[in-house]
Amino acid sequence: MIRVVLPAHLKTLARVSGEVKLDVPGQPTLLSVLDALETRYPVLRGTIRDQVTQERRPFVRFFACQEDYSLEPPETALPGAVAKGEEPLLIVGAMAGG
Amino acid sequence: MSGVRLLVGTKKGAFILTSDGKRERWDVSGPHFAGWEIYHVKGSPADPNRLYASQTSGWFGQIIQRSNDGGKTWEAVGNKFAYEGVPGTHKWYDGTQHPWEFKRVWHLEPTLKDPDTVYAGVEDAAMFRSTDGAQTWQELPALRNAKGDLWQPGAGGMGLHTILLDPSNSKRIFIAISAAGAFRTDDGGETWRPINKGLKSPYELPDPTAEVGHCVHRIAMHGSRPSVLFMQKHWDVLRSDNAGESWHEVSGNLPTDFGFPIDVHAHEPETIYVVPIKSDSEHYPPEGKLRVYRSRTGGNEWEALTNGLPQRDCYVNVLRDAMAIDSLDSCGVYFGTTGGQVYGSADAGDHWSAIVRDLPAVYSVEVQTLQ
Repeated sequence: MIRVVLPAHLKTLARVSGEVKLDVPGQPTLLSVLDALETRYPVLRGTIRDQVTQERRPFVRFFACQEDYSLEPPETALPGAVAKGEEPLLIVGAMAGG
Repeated sequence: MSGVRLLVGTKKGAFILTSDGKRERWDVSGPHFAGWEIYHVKGSPADPNRLYASQTSGWFGQIIQRSNDGGKTWEAVGNKFAYEGVPGTHKWYDGTQHPWEFKRVWHLEPTLKDPDTVYAGVEDAAMFRSTDGAQTWQELPALRNAKGDLWQPGAGGMGLHTILLDPSNSKRIFIAISAAGAFRTDDGGETWRPINKGLKSPYELPDPTAEVGHCVHRIAMHGSRPSVLFMQKHWDVLRSDNAGESWHEVSGNLPTDFGFPIDVHAHEPETIYVVPIKSDSEHYPPEGKLRVYRSRTGGNEWEALTNGLPQRDCYVNVLRDAMAIDSLDSCGVYFGTTGGQVYGSADAGDHWSAIVRDLPAVYSVEVQTLQ
Protein backbone atom coordinates (compact mmCIF):
# COMPACT_ATOMS: atom_id res chain seq x y z
CA MET A 1 0.00 0.00 0.00
CA ILE A 2 1.49 3.30 -1.11
CA ARG A 3 0.49 6.43 0.75
CA VAL A 4 0.31 9.67 -1.22
CA VAL A 5 -0.25 13.14 0.18
CA LEU A 6 -1.75 15.56 -2.31
CA PRO A 7 -1.60 19.35 -2.13
CA ALA A 8 -4.80 20.99 -0.92
CA HIS A 9 -6.03 22.10 -4.35
CA LEU A 10 -5.68 18.62 -5.77
CA LYS A 11 -7.44 17.05 -2.77
CA THR A 12 -10.35 19.35 -3.49
CA LEU A 13 -10.28 18.51 -7.17
CA ALA A 14 -10.16 14.76 -6.52
CA ARG A 15 -12.69 15.11 -3.70
CA VAL A 16 -10.53 13.32 -1.16
CA SER A 17 -9.49 14.17 2.36
CA GLY A 18 -6.36 12.96 4.10
CA GLU A 19 -3.93 10.63 2.40
CA VAL A 20 -4.62 8.60 -0.72
CA LYS A 21 -3.77 4.91 -0.46
CA LEU A 22 -2.87 3.06 -3.65
CA ASP A 23 -2.10 -0.53 -4.54
CA VAL A 24 0.95 -0.47 -6.77
CA PRO A 25 2.29 -3.87 -7.83
CA GLY A 26 6.03 -4.52 -7.73
CA GLN A 27 8.73 -2.07 -6.80
CA PRO A 28 7.02 1.33 -6.76
CA THR A 29 8.51 4.10 -8.86
CA LEU A 30 7.41 7.67 -9.38
CA LEU A 31 6.00 6.59 -12.72
CA SER A 32 4.01 3.64 -11.42
CA VAL A 33 2.64 5.59 -8.47
CA LEU A 34 1.56 8.52 -10.64
CA ASP A 35 0.00 6.13 -13.15
CA ALA A 36 -1.94 4.44 -10.36
CA LEU A 37 -2.97 7.78 -8.92
CA GLU A 38 -4.30 9.04 -12.25
CA THR A 39 -6.08 5.76 -12.91
CA ARG A 40 -7.90 6.05 -9.59
CA TYR A 41 -8.54 9.78 -10.00
CA PRO A 42 -8.69 10.65 -13.71
CA VAL A 43 -9.48 14.25 -12.80
CA LEU A 44 -5.84 14.62 -11.75
CA ARG A 45 -4.56 13.96 -15.27
CA GLY A 46 -2.69 17.00 -16.44
CA THR A 47 -2.40 18.57 -13.01
CA ILE A 48 0.83 16.85 -11.92
CA ARG A 49 2.27 15.85 -15.30
CA ASP A 50 1.70 17.43 -18.68
CA GLN A 51 -0.96 15.43 -20.53
CA VAL A 52 0.99 15.32 -23.77
CA THR A 53 4.64 15.12 -22.72
CA GLN A 54 4.07 13.38 -19.35
CA GLU A 55 6.72 15.68 -17.89
CA ARG A 56 6.37 16.93 -14.32
CA ARG A 57 4.71 20.32 -14.22
CA PRO A 58 7.37 22.91 -13.36
CA PHE A 59 5.91 23.96 -10.00
CA VAL A 60 5.12 20.50 -8.67
CA ARG A 61 7.60 18.71 -6.42
CA PHE A 62 7.93 15.10 -5.24
CA PHE A 63 9.32 14.54 -1.74
CA ALA A 64 9.84 11.24 0.10
CA CYS A 65 11.75 10.44 3.28
CA GLN A 66 13.16 13.98 3.44
CA GLU A 67 14.57 13.68 -0.07
CA ASP A 68 13.59 15.58 -3.22
CA TYR A 69 12.75 13.22 -6.07
CA SER A 70 11.47 15.95 -8.38
CA LEU A 71 14.43 15.86 -10.72
CA GLU A 72 14.87 12.10 -10.70
CA PRO A 73 13.88 10.04 -13.76
CA PRO A 74 10.28 8.72 -13.59
CA GLU A 75 11.56 5.15 -13.38
CA THR A 76 13.43 5.89 -10.15
CA ALA A 77 12.51 3.44 -7.41
CA LEU A 78 10.95 5.07 -4.37
CA PRO A 79 12.52 4.37 -0.94
CA GLY A 80 11.72 1.17 0.88
CA ALA A 81 9.84 3.05 3.58
CA VAL A 82 7.46 4.39 0.93
CA ALA A 83 7.13 0.96 -0.66
CA LYS A 84 6.17 -0.49 2.73
CA GLY A 85 3.71 2.28 3.47
CA GLU A 86 5.72 3.55 6.42
CA GLU A 87 6.28 6.95 4.78
CA PRO A 88 4.14 8.81 2.25
CA LEU A 89 5.10 10.21 -1.12
CA LEU A 90 4.47 13.93 -0.85
CA ILE A 91 3.24 15.74 -3.96
CA VAL A 92 3.81 19.39 -3.25
CA GLY A 93 3.04 22.66 -4.94
CA ALA A 94 6.26 24.66 -5.06
CA MET A 95 6.37 27.68 -2.80
CA ALA A 96 5.26 30.87 -4.47
CA GLY A 97 7.89 33.06 -2.89
CA GLY A 98 7.28 36.73 -2.34
CA MET B 1 -40.37 35.97 -13.99
CA SER B 2 -37.30 37.20 -15.80
CA GLY B 3 -33.92 37.51 -14.20
CA VAL B 4 -30.23 37.64 -14.85
CA ARG B 5 -27.27 35.56 -13.82
CA LEU B 6 -23.77 37.03 -13.89
CA LEU B 7 -20.88 34.60 -14.29
CA VAL B 8 -17.78 36.21 -12.87
CA GLY B 9 -14.28 34.79 -13.26
CA THR B 10 -11.64 36.11 -10.87
CA LYS B 11 -8.06 35.57 -9.88
CA LYS B 12 -9.18 33.39 -6.96
CA GLY B 13 -12.36 31.65 -8.05
CA ALA B 14 -15.70 32.01 -9.79
CA PHE B 15 -18.71 33.85 -8.46
CA ILE B 16 -22.31 33.71 -9.60
CA LEU B 17 -24.46 36.78 -9.01
CA THR B 18 -28.19 36.47 -9.54
CA SER B 19 -31.05 38.92 -9.53
CA ASP B 20 -34.58 39.30 -10.74
CA GLY B 21 -35.38 41.50 -13.69
CA LYS B 22 -35.26 44.66 -11.60
CA ARG B 23 -31.56 44.05 -10.98
CA GLU B 24 -31.61 45.85 -7.67
CA ARG B 25 -30.91 43.04 -5.19
CA TRP B 26 -28.30 40.41 -5.84
CA ASP B 27 -27.46 37.03 -4.39
CA VAL B 28 -23.79 36.09 -4.44
CA SER B 29 -22.64 32.48 -4.76
CA GLY B 30 -18.99 31.55 -4.49
CA PRO B 31 -16.13 31.31 -4.55
CA HIS B 32 -16.41 28.26 -6.75
CA PHE B 33 -13.03 26.58 -7.36
CA ALA B 34 -11.59 28.71 -4.58
CA GLY B 35 -8.00 29.73 -5.01
CA TRP B 36 -7.81 28.91 -8.73
CA GLU B 37 -7.69 31.45 -11.51
CA ILE B 38 -10.94 31.43 -13.42
CA TYR B 39 -10.32 32.98 -16.80
CA HIS B 40 -13.85 32.62 -18.12
CA VAL B 41 -17.28 31.18 -17.36
CA LYS B 42 -19.97 31.08 -20.00
CA GLY B 43 -23.42 29.57 -20.42
CA SER B 44 -24.91 27.84 -23.41
CA PRO B 45 -27.38 29.96 -25.40
CA ALA B 46 -29.28 26.74 -26.12
CA ASP B 47 -29.49 25.59 -22.49
CA PRO B 48 -28.89 28.23 -19.85
CA ASN B 49 -28.29 25.62 -17.18
CA ARG B 50 -25.26 24.34 -19.07
CA LEU B 51 -22.20 26.33 -18.01
CA TYR B 52 -18.54 25.91 -18.81
CA ALA B 53 -15.66 27.32 -16.79
CA SER B 54 -11.94 27.60 -17.45
CA GLN B 55 -10.10 26.88 -14.20
CA THR B 56 -6.35 27.28 -14.29
CA SER B 57 -3.31 27.43 -12.06
CA GLY B 58 0.37 28.15 -12.48
CA TRP B 59 1.02 25.05 -10.40
CA PHE B 60 -1.55 22.54 -11.58
CA GLY B 61 -2.44 23.56 -15.12
CA GLN B 62 -5.78 23.61 -16.85
CA ILE B 63 -9.11 22.22 -15.68
CA ILE B 64 -12.42 22.59 -17.49
CA GLN B 65 -15.52 22.52 -15.32
CA ARG B 66 -19.07 21.91 -16.52
CA SER B 67 -22.38 22.50 -14.78
CA ASN B 68 -25.77 21.19 -15.82
CA ASP B 69 -27.75 23.08 -13.20
CA GLY B 70 -26.82 26.69 -13.64
CA GLY B 71 -23.75 26.55 -11.45
CA LYS B 72 -25.12 24.81 -8.37
CA THR B 73 -22.92 21.77 -8.98
CA TRP B 74 -19.93 21.21 -11.22
CA GLU B 75 -17.90 18.37 -12.64
CA ALA B 76 -14.41 18.45 -14.09
CA VAL B 77 -14.42 17.35 -17.71
CA GLY B 78 -11.77 17.04 -20.40
CA ASN B 79 -8.59 19.05 -20.05
CA LYS B 80 -6.36 17.57 -22.72
CA PHE B 81 -5.56 20.25 -25.27
CA ALA B 82 -3.12 18.68 -27.71
CA TYR B 83 -2.13 20.64 -30.79
CA GLU B 84 -2.88 18.76 -33.98
CA GLY B 85 0.09 16.94 -35.50
CA VAL B 86 3.52 18.44 -35.10
CA PRO B 87 2.75 21.72 -33.36
CA GLY B 88 5.24 23.80 -35.33
CA THR B 89 6.60 27.13 -34.23
CA HIS B 90 5.75 30.80 -33.87
CA LYS B 91 7.91 33.85 -33.44
CA TRP B 92 9.54 34.19 -30.03
CA TYR B 93 10.58 37.30 -28.12
CA ASP B 94 14.12 37.15 -29.45
CA GLY B 95 12.96 36.73 -33.06
CA THR B 96 13.69 33.01 -33.22
CA GLN B 97 11.02 30.41 -33.83
CA HIS B 98 9.55 28.75 -30.73
CA PRO B 99 7.37 25.64 -30.44
CA TRP B 100 3.70 26.06 -29.67
CA GLU B 101 3.08 25.23 -26.00
CA PHE B 102 -0.34 24.98 -24.40
CA LYS B 103 -0.66 27.17 -21.31
CA ARG B 104 -4.33 27.84 -20.54
CA VAL B 105 -7.83 28.41 -21.87
CA TRP B 106 -8.68 32.08 -22.06
CA HIS B 107 -12.19 31.90 -23.46
CA LEU B 108 -14.98 29.36 -23.83
CA GLU B 109 -17.73 29.88 -26.39
CA PRO B 110 -20.66 27.44 -26.37
CA THR B 111 -22.34 27.27 -29.76
CA LEU B 112 -25.70 28.86 -30.37
CA LYS B 113 -27.81 25.72 -30.84
CA ASP B 114 -26.00 22.76 -29.25
CA PRO B 115 -25.06 22.81 -25.55
CA ASP B 116 -22.52 20.02 -26.12
CA THR B 117 -20.57 21.86 -28.80
CA VAL B 118 -18.22 24.47 -27.43
CA TYR B 119 -15.13 26.29 -28.65
CA ALA B 120 -12.08 27.12 -26.56
CA GLY B 121 -9.59 29.87 -27.27
CA VAL B 122 -6.23 29.03 -25.76
CA GLU B 123 -2.71 30.30 -25.13
CA ASP B 124 -0.42 29.68 -27.07
CA ALA B 125 -2.98 30.91 -29.52
CA ALA B 126 -5.13 28.21 -31.05
CA MET B 127 -8.74 27.20 -31.22
CA PHE B 128 -10.20 23.92 -30.04
CA ARG B 129 -13.68 22.46 -30.36
CA SER B 130 -15.55 19.88 -28.35
CA THR B 131 -18.72 18.20 -29.56
CA ASP B 132 -19.24 16.03 -26.49
CA GLY B 133 -19.81 18.56 -23.74
CA ALA B 134 -16.09 19.27 -23.23
CA GLN B 135 -15.08 15.68 -22.56
CA THR B 136 -12.66 15.72 -25.49
CA TRP B 137 -11.13 18.55 -27.50
CA GLN B 138 -9.89 18.74 -31.06
CA GLU B 139 -7.88 21.60 -32.49
CA LEU B 140 -8.92 23.54 -35.58
CA PRO B 141 -5.32 23.57 -36.82
CA ALA B 142 -5.83 25.59 -39.99
CA LEU B 143 -6.01 28.75 -37.91
CA ARG B 144 -2.31 28.51 -37.15
CA ASN B 145 -1.65 28.36 -40.89
CA ALA B 146 -2.85 31.95 -41.13
CA LYS B 147 0.71 33.24 -40.86
CA GLY B 148 1.09 31.69 -37.42
CA ASP B 149 4.84 31.56 -37.83
CA LEU B 150 4.78 35.38 -37.67
CA TRP B 151 2.68 35.61 -34.50
CA GLN B 152 4.74 36.83 -31.57
CA PRO B 153 3.51 36.98 -27.97
CA GLY B 154 3.23 40.32 -26.23
CA ALA B 155 3.91 40.77 -22.55
CA GLY B 156 0.45 39.48 -21.68
CA GLY B 157 0.81 36.21 -23.56
CA MET B 158 -0.40 35.05 -26.95
CA GLY B 159 -3.97 34.15 -26.11
CA LEU B 160 -6.98 33.59 -28.33
CA HIS B 161 -9.47 35.64 -26.35
CA THR B 162 -12.44 36.43 -28.57
CA ILE B 163 -14.73 34.04 -30.44
CA LEU B 164 -17.75 35.48 -32.26
CA LEU B 165 -20.19 33.10 -33.89
CA ASP B 166 -22.23 34.50 -36.77
CA PRO B 167 -25.89 33.71 -35.94
CA SER B 168 -26.86 33.94 -39.60
CA ASN B 169 -24.12 31.66 -40.91
CA SER B 170 -22.95 28.71 -38.84
CA LYS B 171 -19.81 28.40 -40.96
CA ARG B 172 -18.56 31.91 -40.22
CA ILE B 173 -16.55 32.58 -37.07
CA PHE B 174 -14.51 35.62 -36.10
CA ILE B 175 -11.69 35.31 -33.59
CA ALA B 176 -9.06 37.61 -32.14
CA ILE B 177 -5.63 36.93 -30.69
CA SER B 178 -3.43 39.18 -28.59
CA ALA B 179 -0.48 40.48 -30.59
CA ALA B 180 -1.59 38.58 -33.71
CA GLY B 181 -4.87 40.21 -34.80
CA ALA B 182 -8.34 39.25 -35.99
CA PHE B 183 -9.12 36.27 -38.20
CA ARG B 184 -12.19 34.83 -39.95
CA THR B 185 -13.32 31.50 -41.25
CA ASP B 186 -16.20 31.08 -43.69
CA ASP B 187 -16.11 27.30 -43.79
CA GLY B 188 -16.47 26.24 -40.17
CA GLY B 189 -12.77 26.40 -39.41
CA GLU B 190 -11.35 24.53 -42.42
CA THR B 191 -9.55 27.67 -43.56
CA TRP B 192 -8.84 31.02 -41.94
CA ARG B 193 -7.46 34.34 -43.02
CA PRO B 194 -6.35 37.52 -41.29
CA ILE B 195 -8.86 40.40 -41.34
CA ASN B 196 -6.72 43.32 -40.24
CA LYS B 197 -6.84 45.72 -43.19
CA GLY B 198 -7.16 49.26 -41.90
CA LEU B 199 -5.54 48.61 -38.54
CA LYS B 200 -2.58 50.84 -37.79
CA SER B 201 -0.10 50.01 -35.01
CA PRO B 202 2.79 52.49 -35.33
CA TYR B 203 3.87 52.08 -31.71
CA GLU B 204 3.77 48.29 -31.68
CA LEU B 205 4.91 47.12 -35.12
CA PRO B 206 7.76 48.06 -37.46
CA ASP B 207 5.24 47.92 -40.31
CA PRO B 208 2.19 49.69 -38.86
CA THR B 209 -0.17 48.15 -41.42
CA ALA B 210 1.19 44.59 -41.32
CA GLU B 211 -1.22 41.80 -42.17
CA VAL B 212 -0.75 40.18 -38.74
CA GLY B 213 0.76 41.21 -35.43
CA HIS B 214 -1.78 43.82 -34.30
CA CYS B 215 -2.74 43.65 -30.66
CA VAL B 216 -6.50 43.33 -30.93
CA HIS B 217 -8.00 43.47 -27.46
CA ARG B 218 -11.61 42.66 -28.25
CA ILE B 219 -14.15 42.53 -31.06
CA ALA B 220 -17.92 42.64 -30.70
CA MET B 221 -21.00 42.36 -32.87
CA HIS B 222 -24.77 42.68 -32.62
CA GLY B 223 -26.47 39.46 -33.59
CA SER B 224 -28.87 41.20 -35.96
CA ARG B 225 -26.01 42.65 -38.03
CA PRO B 226 -23.17 40.15 -37.98
CA SER B 227 -21.23 41.88 -40.74
CA VAL B 228 -20.78 44.98 -38.58
CA LEU B 229 -17.94 44.52 -36.14
CA PHE B 230 -16.50 46.79 -33.48
CA MET B 231 -12.95 46.52 -32.21
CA GLN B 232 -11.01 47.81 -29.24
CA LYS B 233 -7.41 47.54 -30.31
CA HIS B 234 -4.41 48.15 -28.05
CA TRP B 235 -4.73 51.73 -29.22
CA ASP B 236 -7.75 52.78 -31.35
CA VAL B 237 -11.42 51.86 -31.46
CA LEU B 238 -12.46 50.70 -34.91
CA ARG B 239 -15.42 49.37 -36.84
CA SER B 240 -15.93 47.26 -39.92
CA ASP B 241 -19.07 47.27 -42.03
CA ASN B 242 -18.01 44.35 -44.21
CA ALA B 243 -17.32 41.46 -41.84
CA GLY B 244 -13.76 42.53 -41.23
CA GLU B 245 -12.65 43.04 -44.84
CA SER B 246 -11.61 46.54 -43.82
CA TRP B 247 -11.68 48.64 -40.67
CA HIS B 248 -11.80 52.34 -39.96
CA GLU B 249 -11.15 54.20 -36.76
CA VAL B 250 -14.09 55.53 -34.71
CA SER B 251 -12.24 56.68 -31.60
CA GLY B 252 -13.63 60.20 -32.09
CA ASN B 253 -13.75 62.24 -28.89
CA LEU B 254 -12.70 59.51 -26.45
CA PRO B 255 -10.29 60.83 -23.80
CA THR B 256 -7.94 57.96 -24.72
CA ASP B 257 -8.51 55.22 -27.25
CA PHE B 258 -6.58 52.59 -25.30
CA GLY B 259 -8.72 50.03 -23.50
CA PHE B 260 -9.76 46.42 -23.37
CA PRO B 261 -13.50 45.57 -23.58
CA ILE B 262 -16.01 46.71 -26.17
CA ASP B 263 -19.63 45.64 -26.32
CA VAL B 264 -22.90 46.37 -28.12
CA HIS B 265 -26.31 47.31 -26.71
CA ALA B 266 -28.78 44.42 -26.86
CA HIS B 267 -31.45 46.30 -28.80
CA GLU B 268 -29.61 49.17 -30.50
CA PRO B 269 -26.94 47.86 -32.89
CA GLU B 270 -25.32 51.29 -33.21
CA THR B 271 -24.96 51.78 -29.44
CA ILE B 272 -21.58 50.60 -28.20
CA TYR B 273 -19.59 50.78 -24.97
CA VAL B 274 -15.91 51.03 -24.11
CA VAL B 275 -13.93 51.79 -20.95
CA PRO B 276 -11.03 54.11 -21.82
CA ILE B 277 -7.78 53.34 -20.03
CA LYS B 278 -5.00 55.91 -19.85
CA SER B 279 -2.27 54.01 -21.65
CA ASP B 280 -0.52 50.71 -22.14
CA SER B 281 2.02 51.65 -19.50
CA GLU B 282 -0.58 52.90 -17.00
CA HIS B 283 -3.40 50.43 -16.91
CA TYR B 284 -5.91 52.64 -15.10
CA PRO B 285 -8.57 55.18 -16.04
CA PRO B 286 -7.53 58.70 -17.02
CA GLU B 287 -7.55 61.19 -14.14
CA GLY B 288 -8.54 58.45 -11.69
CA LYS B 289 -12.13 58.65 -12.99
CA LEU B 290 -13.83 55.40 -13.90
CA ARG B 291 -15.96 56.21 -16.93
CA VAL B 292 -17.77 54.01 -19.37
CA TYR B 293 -18.13 55.71 -22.73
CA ARG B 294 -21.20 55.11 -24.87
CA SER B 295 -21.66 55.94 -28.50
CA ARG B 296 -25.16 55.89 -29.96
CA THR B 297 -23.80 56.47 -33.44
CA GLY B 298 -21.64 53.40 -33.85
CA GLY B 299 -18.55 55.33 -32.84
CA ASN B 300 -16.91 58.74 -33.26
CA GLU B 301 -19.35 60.55 -30.96
CA TRP B 302 -18.99 59.38 -27.38
CA GLU B 303 -20.55 60.39 -24.07
CA ALA B 304 -19.11 59.67 -20.64
CA LEU B 305 -21.30 57.59 -18.31
CA THR B 306 -20.32 58.41 -14.74
CA ASN B 307 -23.43 58.32 -12.57
CA GLY B 308 -22.61 55.95 -9.72
CA LEU B 309 -19.02 55.26 -10.80
CA PRO B 310 -16.04 56.56 -8.78
CA GLN B 311 -14.86 59.90 -10.15
CA ARG B 312 -11.72 60.29 -8.08
CA ASP B 313 -8.81 58.15 -6.90
CA CYS B 314 -9.81 55.15 -8.99
CA TYR B 315 -6.89 53.20 -10.44
CA VAL B 316 -8.37 49.87 -11.47
CA ASN B 317 -8.34 48.25 -14.89
CA VAL B 318 -11.17 46.55 -16.79
CA LEU B 319 -9.98 43.50 -18.68
CA ARG B 320 -11.08 42.43 -22.14
CA ASP B 321 -13.57 39.73 -21.14
CA ALA B 322 -14.96 41.68 -18.19
CA MET B 323 -17.94 43.43 -19.78
CA ALA B 324 -21.33 41.94 -20.61
CA ILE B 325 -24.78 43.07 -21.67
CA ASP B 326 -28.12 41.46 -20.89
CA SER B 327 -31.12 41.42 -23.19
CA LEU B 328 -33.91 42.57 -20.91
CA ASP B 329 -36.11 45.34 -22.32
CA SER B 330 -34.18 47.91 -20.36
CA CYS B 331 -30.77 46.74 -21.34
CA GLY B 332 -28.37 45.92 -18.50
CA VAL B 333 -24.65 46.61 -18.77
CA TYR B 334 -22.07 45.06 -16.42
CA PHE B 335 -18.34 45.18 -15.98
CA GLY B 336 -15.78 43.98 -13.47
CA THR B 337 -12.50 45.55 -12.38
CA THR B 338 -9.10 44.40 -11.29
CA GLY B 339 -9.99 45.96 -7.93
CA GLY B 340 -12.72 43.36 -7.42
CA GLN B 341 -15.77 45.48 -8.07
CA VAL B 342 -18.57 44.41 -10.38
CA TYR B 343 -20.67 47.35 -11.50
CA GLY B 344 -24.07 47.10 -13.10
CA SER B 345 -26.50 49.40 -14.82
CA ALA B 346 -30.10 48.41 -15.43
CA ASP B 347 -30.72 51.34 -17.77
CA ALA B 348 -28.16 50.95 -20.53
CA GLY B 349 -25.46 52.82 -18.65
CA ASP B 350 -27.26 55.91 -17.38
CA HIS B 351 -26.97 54.89 -13.73
CA TRP B 352 -24.49 52.50 -12.14
CA SER B 353 -24.08 50.79 -8.81
CA ALA B 354 -21.61 48.30 -7.39
CA ILE B 355 -23.12 44.82 -7.16
CA VAL B 356 -20.07 43.59 -5.22
CA ARG B 357 -17.00 45.55 -4.19
CA ASP B 358 -14.43 43.21 -2.74
CA LEU B 359 -13.97 40.21 -4.99
CA PRO B 360 -10.53 39.15 -6.17
CA ALA B 361 -9.37 40.82 -9.39
CA VAL B 362 -12.07 40.24 -11.99
CA TYR B 363 -10.93 38.53 -15.17
CA SER B 364 -14.28 38.02 -16.90
CA VAL B 365 -17.96 38.82 -16.68
CA GLU B 366 -20.71 37.13 -18.66
CA VAL B 367 -24.46 37.54 -18.23
CA GLN B 368 -27.33 35.20 -18.89
CA THR B 369 -30.80 36.63 -19.35
CA LEU B 370 -33.18 34.13 -17.79
CA GLN B 371 -36.87 33.88 -18.61
